[in-house]
Amino acid sequence: MRFLARRIGFLLVALWAALTVNFFIPRLMPGNPAQAMMARFHGHINPSAIHALEVAFGVNTHESLLSAYFSYINNTAHGNLGISLLNFPEPVATVISHALPWSLGLVGVSTILGFLIGTVLGAVAAWRRGGVLDGVLPPVFIVVSAFPYFWIGLLSIWLFAVTLGWFPILGGYTETATPTLTWGFVGDILYHSVLPAMTILITSIGGWILTMRNNMITVVAEDYVKMARAKGLKPRRILWQYAGRNAMLPNLTGFAMSLGFVISGAILVEYVFNYPGLGFLLLQAVVNEDYPLMQSLFLLITFAVLIAIFIADIATALLDPRTRSNP
Amino acid sequence: MRILRAILSVLVRAGAFLRRDRKAAAGSIILFVLLVITAFPKWFTPHDPAAEIYTPGVGLSWSHLLGTTSFGQDVFSQLVAGTRQSVMIALIVGFISTVISVIIGITAAYLGGWIDDTLSLLTDVVLVIPTFPLIIVIVGYVKSAGFWLMVFVLVFTGWSYGARQLRVQALSLRNRDYLLAAKARGESSWYVIAVELIPPMTSLIVANFLGAALYAVLAASGLQFVGLGNINEESWGTMLYWAQNNEALQTGLPLWALAPGIAIAVLGSGLALLNYAFDEVANPALRPVRATKVKGARV
Repeated sequence: MRFLARRIGFLLVALWAALTVNFFIPRLMPGNPAQAMMARFHGHINPSAIHALEVAFGVNTHESLLSAYFSYINNTAHGNLGISLLNFPEPVATVISHALPWSLGLVGVSTILGFLIGTVLGAVAAWRRGGVLDGVLPPVFIVVSAFPYFWIGLLSIWLFAVTLGWFPILGGYTETATPTLTWGFVGDILYHSVLPAMTILITSIGGWILTMRNNMITVVAEDYVKMARAKGLKPRRILWQYAGRNAMLPNLTGFAMSLGFVISGAILVEYVFNYPGLGFLLLQAVVNEDYPLMQSLFLLITFAVLIAIFIADIATALLDPRTRSNP
Repeated sequence: MRILRAILSVLVRAGAFLRRDRKAAAGSIILFVLLVITAFPKWFTPHDPAAEIYTPGVGLSWSHLLGTTSFGQDVFSQLVAGTRQSVMIALIVGFISTVISVIIGITAAYLGGWIDDTLSLLTDVVLVIPTFPLIIVIVGYVKSAGFWLMVFVLVFTGWSYGARQLRVQALSLRNRDYLLAAKARGESSWYVIAVELIPPMTSLIVANFLGAALYAVLAASGLQFVGLGNINEESWGTMLYWAQNNEALQTGLPLWALAPGIAIAVLGSGLALLNYAFDEVANPALRPVRATKVKGARV
């Protein structure tokens, strides 16, 4: 119970920190860019929307910083994120809800796949210490990890889309097709997601392989693994039921820690492929100076990462009694 | 004289380390070559990198080793000229982040109590907030991040991982006998930290420097790629930006877009290879084993 309370406490502190950083960034910027943005939109949008923006960015208000802060927290807590200037007059929440499924599908699926495949490969590499996998994988992925994520995307576009013509160059679906729930359209979506998904998979998998391999090397040397061997258990059973299960635990925590990196990489991958997800939207918002959309996306992405970390922590605690007794 | 001899002995030991460890040797050679290019770019550039005076869109040739851009610039010369910025970002961000990590990590572990709780909480919060979206939001207001703003945001977001690792290691050293002995002798905290606590952590500190430098190179090039850097500066990231904006891949100039990425990867691999070698120094279990030995051990 104490463990759970600590984790919930940490989640709340981190959420609060993200909210607060989000509040102060526009106010600390030199030259007040928010004011410039407001000036551009004066006369184009109605006065109450203007006022909401003024409160959100601290322009022209005689409010104290503290009361502005509380009304901002209050607005955010009620899902009142403001109006997108890029897609005026749609509310930010609507714009985001259009992009969200794309990111969840692409980034969610390829991240989880990367974690699973990487963990298995890492375990096998460590199990056959000195074997082919163990010799080849670490150096290959050291080099791969040094490539910029988006560059792998560029390379795969050039190789598989431009040169070989196997896959489309960009987009989430064929532009002329109408988004309907038919097999043809679903197939079209999958077809478009192959290259971006592969890019995320290749760039994220190395981290899981290396950490799993390193954990596994430590675990395989433990006495209970020797004991299992001495009992004459089948190697496959020792690998997965004895060593693998325990070596995976630190990797789960690592999953939480590196999720932020994966999301960061995915933003650029979406950008490279013009994939209509949150990352692409975030960069669109930046280029078009749509600050309300930009800040809401930052909050949303951060919240998603924090909650995923929280879930991974809880899962670790459920699977590993040691973390519960010794927080 | 004693200092000279100490430096000499460090060099000799470094030399022996490089001869034993091929990963470290490869990493050092890469970084050395890039440092030479950074210091003397003129030696390696056959053409003026900014001049738009050559035939646009030319492929590989002897006069243009990597072809030209669609503006008529020499790609190879741009690549050489861009080396400096990436190397400087790596070194400066790596150094400042590491100093902050060492200060925060060791202070937390050494002082303990509520100071440790506060600093650890701060470190963990910074660690879990996804950095790239945060950087994008900060830089988004400024529009074009010059060199020093870039350094600032990368340090701001890059110190936490190292601080956490260093704290853990410092905690494990804190109650060792030799440290307690130094305290019992009545040495000052500064002495204990500087002379007794930090030296055994050197390999981890170096590994952190390399990790932070790698992070800086990749994040900076990503920012420049999407056009949030200063698009008029010469760097690998801005080369990628111009290549992407002129559809280099689709218009038959793949080298323009692919070469800077490979350059970033070469620098990154240099840092990562050294980092990996230092990991193996710190944790001998990770060192590569000979296949024959394992066959014997596995039975």
